[in-house]
Formats: sequence, structure tokens, C-alpha cells
Amino acid sequence: MSIERPSNHDFPSEAEGMDLVYCRPETLTDLPFHYCPGCSHSVVHRVLMEVVDELNIQDKTIGVAPVGCSVFAYHYMNVDMQEAAHGRATAVATGIKRVLPDRFVFSYQGDGDLAAIGTAETIHTVNRGENILMVFINNGIYGMTGGQMAPTTLVGQVTTTSPYGRQVEFAGHPIKIADMLTQLPGAYYVTRQAVHNPNGVRKLKKALTKSFQYQKEGKGTCFVEVVSNCPSGWKMTPVETVKYLEEQMFPLYPLGDLKKPDGAK
Amino acid sequence: MKEEKNKKGEARLMKGNEALAEAAIRADIDAYFGYPITPQSEILEYLEREIPKRHGLVIQAESEVASINMIYGAAGAGARVMTSSSSPGISLMQEGLSYIASAQLPCLVANVVRGGPGLGTIQPSQGDYFQAVKGGGHGDYHLIVLAPASVQEMADFVFDGFRLAEKYRNPAMILTDGALGQMMEKVILPEEGSLKKVETPWATTGKPASRDHNIITSLFIQPEKMEEVNHELQEKYKKIQSEVRFEEIQIKDAEIVLVAFGLSSRICQKTVDLAREKGLKVGLLRPITLYPFPFKRLNELAEQVNFMMSVEMNAGQMVQDVKLAVEGKVPVYFKGRMGGMIPTPEDVLEEIESVLDNEKVLQD
Repeated sequence: MSIERPSNHDFPSEAEGMDLVYCRPETLTDLPFHYCPGCSHSVVHRVLMEVVDELNIQDKTIGVAPVGCSVFAYHYMNVDMQEAAHGRATAVATGIKRVLPDRFVFSYQGDGDLAAIGTAETIHTVNRGENILMVFINNGIYGMTGGQMAPTTLVGQVTTTSPYGRQVEFAGHPIKIADMLTQLPGAYYVTRQAVHNPNGVRKLKKALTKSFQYQKEGKGTCFVEVVSNCPSGWKMTPVETVKYLEEQMFPLYPLGDLKKPDGAK
Repeated sequence: MKEEKNKKGEARLMKGNEALAEAAIRADIDAYFGYPITPQSEILEYLEREIPKRHGLVIQAESEVASINMIYGAAGAGARVMTSSSSPGISLMQEGLSYIASAQLPCLVANVVRGGPGLGTIQPSQGDYFQAVKGGGHGDYHLIVLAPASVQEMADFVFDGFRLAEKYRNPAMILTDGALGQMMEKVILPEEGSLKKVETPWATTGKPASRDHNIITSLFIQPEKMEEVNHELQEKYKKIQSEVRFEEIQIKDAEIVLVAFGLSSRICQKTVDLAREKGLKVGLLRPITLYPFPFKRLNELAEQVNFMMSVEMNAGQMVQDVKLAVEGKVPVYFKGRMGGMIPTPEDVLEEIESVLDNEKVLQD
């Protein structure tokens, strides 16, 4: 990618006598995100990298990118990263973590990747209690390939492969994989968040920070689902997607902690 | 017995699979990721038993798909890693191997081949020759392929495989079969710790301030870049040609050359003896590396011999490469059994004699 623009890192710390209160973290590269306007990916990328930056673990963090819209996550996240085959991110993360147990390892996957083609890897990674962070972006659709039905697509939801709406008798039910994973002893912390408003962003940041802390303590798998939007795939404006999230997605995928350590707040 | 284990030089009686597993520990693997499948489960079992007492790491994955992707991750993190499986499991690994080849990661994969296609049989076969030497997964790539013909080589080729894989940052495969995996022979194991670790500055180990972030990927979305990467791979494969290895038995005066690898070459050695007793000048060329393949040597031999015969435990796969090698200079025949059946030395001799009879008829 050869898009060039001035670096945010070059901004003076005190411009025109004002204090700098917000800037791009060192853990993000200068490359502009390729994501559609309004897409959750950009926000989640930024929050995840802010946490790595604030915990000062850039030199100890290794990420695994999926196949999906965030296939190029490694262009933006300024940490060592590997690009996995579709569905295999947590197997790749397992390989990394097992040979470098003192590093912080995270995988980043969408719903098709994690909850369809990679279901076996997802379940067994958590079942082994791999000491990694799994970030799961659930927008109920295959975004990159043009908006096909995902395992998480809502009943009745229109996609390019469910043009008359998802029908249970043909396509089964939307899968609530985070709920399933709570049943596994290897799952230490399972939470479902969203970045549709500033409060959500703050909560996600806390969840990610906690997850890295738990990883440092060797507690087991931390699973952070982010119920996300897809303005292009859903054929909505970003503002309309927020309404859809609140009215359609959250009732099936309610936000909050699904499994938290005993005694944790 | 225990104290003897790490010493070099002691001869031991071992199964091929166990010799390979013991050699892996002695090659200081950082990790092995595998999944049980007959006829190679002894490798995983041996490592699960021995590694906790010694060094390294062994993980039983949920599938071959997962094990090869664990290999990808660990190799990308700079570790010396291997896996093993048998034909159906190796098929499941092809996607991962294509990614590993494209991302240019070193690793070692052993395929203890069984009869196929499909679920097939657990008996030995060489039916995975094409899959091993032509790439196997999608895209233009090659594995480095070593074909052991003894329990000794099952052990030795672990070291050779890692040496080549790490030298070229390319996956290497030991292509063996169920018979070599299961049979017991004398073996002198390679010395523990004698395989030096290589530098891996490209590995994802955590980005220090002093360097850019390292990325392990096989995605090059711009076609110009993808072509560049392909050229780089092809250049590498050209260099790999210099690593070709083969063994010649009674070739000097041979008028007929058998070409066979692995277990088939053991059978053909006996055929050479039987033929010589009958006054037939038969020799044997055994490719040790199947990729790179001894094209040049076979082409040279074509000047000297009347015909060649490829002997394989499949429907005739390597014979195509032998034909390519001789460029039509001499006839190339084929003798094989399939589906887990093994040709006998006498079968091969009979085939040679029938070719000679036919030629005689043609001449008369």
C-alpha cells in the first residue's frame, strides 16, 4: 500500500499554545484505514492498539489477523503480526503463544472466520485454555466478500445469499458462540461489547485492558466479542446501523460480561 | 538404556516412526503439533512420552488443519517445529502448506503414506508422490522432499530436512510409507544438539523500538507484488536444485536402469541381484530427494542404457518425471502395485524380462 499523508506522530506536542490531549498511539501505523465510513473495525483497531500502547507492551505483543475485512489489520497495527488462513487464527495464535509464552498474543476475527469455518479451532483453543486474547467482531454478515449470510445473521435478515431473509428451515439459527464458549472451563473471561456510542468504546477498552492483565497472570482464554455494524453490507447509513444494532442485534446478542472471574468487578 | 539415549554412536533397534520421533528431539525441535492417524501415531505417542522428560513441547491438536496452522504460527515466531501425519491427514494440511510456502517459513512435515485414494487403507503406499513433489496445495510452490529407504534414514532425514528447510525458509517433507514407519531396523541416531539453530530476524517475536514490525503473510493483493513474490519463490526453487541427492547401485555397466525411491528401491535392490545372477545388466537409481529430482543424471544415463523402468507403489507417478528427464531418448516402462500392495523383487524382474521378450519379438 502506498498511500501517503502527513504523520500524526509529527504533530507538535503543544500547537498554538494548546495542550495535546489526543493523538494517534505509537502502536498504530500512519496508514489510513481502508474500512468503510462508519465501520466498527477502525474504532476497535484503535482501541485495541491504545490498550497495547498504554500497557507499554508493544515490544511483547504479537497479533494474528484473519481473513475478512480486517485481513489487512497488520498494515495498521504497529506490532508484530501474522496473517492466518480463513478460520485458523487461533490455531496460529496457539502456535505463537506456546513457543513464546511470555509474549502477549491476540487473534482478531470476524464472525464467518471465527464462528463458521473456524468453529473447531475456536472451541478447541478455548477448551485448551490457551492464554491468549480472542477479539471477535460480530456484524452478522460476510463483509469482504460482498455481504453474504453469516452464521450470526439474524433470522429474517436480508443478505446477498439470503435475499428473502434468513429462513431457519433452510439456514438454521444465528449462532451465539460466545454463550457456547462460556461453558468451557478454559474460558476465563467472556464478554460482549459494542462501539456504537462513546460509553461502549470506554467499556470495550476496559475489557481489553483486563484481558491483557489476565493474560499476564496466565489465567486462560479471554474472549471479547464486539457486536458490530456493516454499513455497506447492511445497505444502511452508519447512523441507521446504530439503530439496527440497538433494535435488532442487541436483543439477540445482549451486551455485558457473559463469564467473569470469581470476585472480579 | 536411559543413560545411553543421548550418546552418539550406539546402535539401537527401532521402529521407523520412533527413530524419526527420537531424531526430532535430538534435532532440538521447539515444538511438535500433531493429530493421531495410522500408520504414524507412534510419532505423536513417542513424543508425548519423551518430551516432558527431556525438552521441547508437544501438542495434540484437534485436527491436522489445526496442527499445520499451529506450525505456521510457531514457525513464524522463529521456532523449529515439525508435524507428521499420513495421507488423508496430509491432504487436510495442504492449505496450510501453501500458506507456509508462500510466507516462506521453515518447518518439517513427515508423511507416512498409506494406500488411497479416500480413507483408503492403512497399508504402505507411494500414492502421494504427485502431491508431495508438485506442490500439493494451491498456487505455484514446492516442498523440499526427502524419501528415506531405511529406518536409519528416517532418523537422518529429520536433520537433513530441517537443515534444508531453514537454509531456504521453505517447508520440507519426509515422504515415507507405512512399512518404513512400522518396520524395525538397526539405527545409529544423530547426535543430540548437533543441529545448530539459525537466526530468524524476520520472525514475529514482539517489535522492539529498533525495528519495524515484522509481518508473516501470504497475502499480496496487488498482482504486481504477487508476481514479484512468485519470481522470488521460483528463484529459490532454482537454487534448491543444487541440493539434489540420489544413490546409484550397479549403474556403471547397466544396460537397464530401474528408478525407484523409498521402499520400492529396497525391493529393486534385490531385483538387481536376481537379474545380475541371470546375466542381465540391471542397475538402480534411487532418488533421495524427490524435489529436487535428479533430472540431469537420468538424462545422462539415458545415453548409456537400453531402457529405464520406474518401480513404484502407485499407479505410475514418478514415471512421468523419469520420462521428462530422459526426453524420449530411451523407452521408460513402469511397474507398480497400488492400494497398499507391494511389488516383489520377482515381479519387477518378470516385468523386465517381458519387456526384453517384447523387444526381441519386435526385432525379429
